[in-house]
Amino acid sequence: MRLLYFAWVREKIGMSREDANVPDGVSNVGDLIDWLSGRGREYEEAFANKASVRVAVNQEYAKMDTPVKLNDEVAFFPPVTGG
Amino acid sequence: MVVRVQTAPFDAGKELALITEGNFNIGGVCSFIGLVRDITPSGKINAMTLEHYPGMTEKALQKIECEAHDRWPLESTLILHRYGKLYPGDQIVFVAATSSHRHAAFEACHFLIDWLKTQAPFWKLEDSPSGGRWVEARARDDKAAERWGHGPNQKPNLT
Repeated sequence: MRLLYFAWVREKIGMSREDANVPDGVSNVGDLIDWLSGRGREYEEAFANKASVRVAVNQEYAKMDTPVKLNDEVAFFPPVTGG
Repeated sequence: MVVRVQTAPFDAGKELALITEGNFNIGGVCSFIGLVRDITPSGKINAMTLEHYPGMTEKALQKIECEAHDRWPLESTLILHRYGKLYPGDQIVFVAATSSHRHAAFEACHFLIDWLKTQAPFWKLEDSPSGGRWVEARARDDKAAERWGHGPNQKPNLT
């Protein structure tokens, strides 16, 4: 699964993208965040407050129960502040 | 419909000429330009860096334009957003809507910028004397977007 991180989520995790071997039990966005949070302190801190992180699956806004699959592109970022 | 995401500055006059050229159904053009200020709620800033999500940004902006065309009888629309390092006084964003009559152009322009602020994946990093600071999303921007409703069935009344 291709994972992308933007803005302070990127800074906290320390990278902008990675290809992750996500285990079988991870079937939706919520599972993915739980799994990532257990991968180390950087991830734990980035996802400490789930409400402050937005998620997109294949470049569409997603919710905690949005399904994720092997070849998906999943992005994590703060609420947007453009314009 | 035009969507552009770029680092380079833009010439608003030229852009407006491009979206009106040769279309004599257009009776009104409404546009909005957003600029970088040097004062923010957290103090003075020297510069600002805009980050975005290439790919999703363009898709999100196209969706916002499509939604505007669904809601109002528009002739053309434009959304142009810059990213990278910008300084106070620099232009950040340009949106425009054209229509036969002014009401649709005014409302659609307002809608484009309100929705863009809450939907398009851009993030601002302020460069202040005390260091870098990510701008937080504001509740008032959500409120501004909410007034346009969220579903395609919640069409505003054109009076």
